Amino acid sequence: MPKKIRVLIAKPGLDGHDRGAKVIARALRDAGMEVIYTGLRQTPEDIVEAAIQEDVDAIGLSCLSGAHMALFLDVVKLLRKRKAGDIVVAGGGIIPEEDVPRLKKAGIKAVFGPGTPLGEIVAFFEKAAKGA
Amino acid sequence: MSSVRRGRAQRSNRPGDLKPPVNGMGDGDARREFEERLRVWEFTTLRDALARHPERRETFVTTSSRPVKRLYTPLDLPEDAAARIGVPGEFPYTRGIHPTMYRGRPWTMRMFAGYGSAEDTNERFKYLIAHGETGLSVAFDMPTLYGYDTDDAEAKGEFGTCGVAVSSLQDMETLFDGIDVGAISTSMTINSPAAIIWGMYLGMAESKGVPWSDLRGTIQNDILKEYQAQKEWIFPPEPSMRLVVDTFEFGSRHVPKWNTISISGYHIREAGATAAQELAFTLANGMEYVRWGIDRGLKVDDFAPRLSFFFNAHNDLLEEVAKYRAARRIWAREMRDTFGARSPRSWVLRFHAQTAGVSLTAQQPEMNIVRTTVQALAAVLGGAQSLHTNSYDEAYQVPNEKAVRIALRTQQILAHESGVATTVDPLGGAYMVEALTDELEEEAYAYFDRIAQLGGVIPAIRKGFFQQEIANSAYRYQREIEDRERTIVGVNDFVVDEQPEVEPLRVTEASYRAQLARLRRTRKMRDARRHERALDRLRKACEGDDNTMPLVLEAIKAKATLGELCDVMREAFGVWEEPLLY
Repeated sequence: MPKKIRVLIAKPGLDGHDRGAKVIARALRDAGMEVIYTGLRQTPEDIVEAAIQEDVDAIGLSCLSGAHMALFLDVVKLLRKRKAGDIVVAGGGIIPEEDVPRLKKAGIKAVFGPGTPLGEIVAFFEKAAKGA
Repeated sequence: MSSVRRGRAQRSNRPGDLKPPVNGMGDGDARREFEERLRVWEFTTLRDALARHPERRETFVTTSSRPVKRLYTPLDLPEDAAARIGVPGEFPYTRGIHPTMYRGRPWTMRMFAGYGSAEDTNERFKYLIAHGETGLSVAFDMPTLYGYDTDDAEAKGEFGTCGVAVSSLQDMETLFDGIDVGAISTSMTINSPAAIIWGMYLGMAESKGVPWSDLRGTIQNDILKEYQAQKEWIFPPEPSMRLVVDTFEFGSRHVPKWNTISISGYHIREAGATAAQELAFTLANGMEYVRWGIDRGLKVDDFAPRLSFFFNAHNDLLEEVAKYRAARRIWAREMRDTFGARSPRSWVLRFHAQTAGVSLTAQQPEMNIVRTTVQALAAVLGGAQSLHTNSYDEAYQVPNEKAVRIALRTQQILAHESGVATTVDPLGGAYMVEALTDELEEEAYAYFDRIAQLGGVIPAIRKGFFQQEIANSAYRYQREIEDRERTIVGVNDFVVDEQPEVEPLRVTEASYRAQLARLRRTRKMRDARRHERALDRLRKACEGDDNTMPLVLEAIKAKATLGELCDVMREAFGVWEEPLLY
């Protein structure tokens, strides 16, 4: 039996909007993945620590408060610092179009805005785990 | 057959209630005659039509996945329908809280606004007032909502992104500079630190020379729905509830026209709840606040008139209208019969509505203007006292000026051009709306029973009951979109391949620096001993039973910041950790 894909769904910063994160967590679980949900109000340090401890293939970050630039980029930087740069990171939330290229350039593999089909997100994590 | 199952809904029939002889149908003979006619219709006209043109789908459901019948008729109304519906301005207020509703004056057009620094938002407020808004509504940024100053490490990256940063009395004074707070009402979306932010508002009014007795407005101050849905909590439930009751008590004595709470279904719905869950959880929370007020020894008629509500206006127009009507009827009955309120001012459920942020699409964002119009119409047909309309660009950012103006104009068109504000409760008596009103009311009572079985609202929060119910509904809704059982225009149908054009709105680095400078100045210029003494006194009050409000005010005047006040409370009360589930 192939190893289950392990994904950390995380809410960085102070944002309390957890509807999207929970829906994604459940969709990934229903697609057969092992999902770890961090809960709210995690610092980038907390998230990176959890990702390493849980030995995940990928991290999904959700932020709707507008703090994504600072927080998402910190997660990517810290992962590299901890030599865990192979963990794939994707993000979602209320993210202006003009921020997307900068996030991608910094190493966020995908940015999912409102209305993204769940199937697309599931497929992304499946592919990401294979590549890892 | 009537689809209305009688349960506790019948409680409204007490002596003294309006009880005219008519029902939806007239006397028994007429009812039987109509039943017969409907049966014949089903076997002739309808059957033939279905044979030629089958319906589009097997079942039709609302936005909340509630099945909808093909046709509603007088038979869907109970025999005492007229009494249950009543007349506007009288118990049970199904048709509205005023006898003349918008013929007297339109609802308050109150646009939720805030970003960047106090200066940035002050400018936005003035822009909105200049374009005809009639009430202010403050959106605070995440650090403020969580009780952190802008320069706190926890606030990294969050300054002004989804609201305005207010860390001190000086920020509050800047926010309302040049605005006559004695003349315009202000709503502030603030919960865990509500007492402190309200204290800053009161301090600001005092420094302008406006007496507290002239102030009108609302603090959201609804902590229960934070644990359930919005998740901007700081302290555990019990000390948080104590702070809420402190504001009830203080407000009823010193700020008599202020709504000390806005019991909010909005966020419960945004987090994924159905209309019935929004209705039930909000009113269950409302009753919990009333119990805590009474337990404190307050007279229900002293504080209940200052309780206000806040509901979502989602896509499904008729279901939303029914929700507001059911809410008014349940609240009136519970306040009068369960809590023994004598004053009609305690019975009326006054509410603000906001269109559904969650319904806004990033795809073809201009279509959000249309969605918002339909949702706003629901709020108006449902008898809202005030209304916020979302801007079309909010799936991307805090709205830009043009988008906000369109949203405000939407309300003005509804008020002045659509004609719906010319008569009271225009949908009253519509068979479908009345039947749905009854159904929602009944579902709310079923939830009240479940919550009671779990030991009440706070134990149910600890067990994750509300959170799980909401998460389940959110997931079901998303699956319905995925499976294309539900069409979202531009998202899973009628899709175009285009790059949306949204004029960006950015919080500037200059705003951030200005805010940090003001905060530094505030800390430097204050009398250190007075500041320390005030915080000590607040700490003692938190540890004891005295009302905290006077000490919060004293500390604010001693130039203590939001973060410093909250740190004292965090130390005294501890912090909440929520049960993890999805």
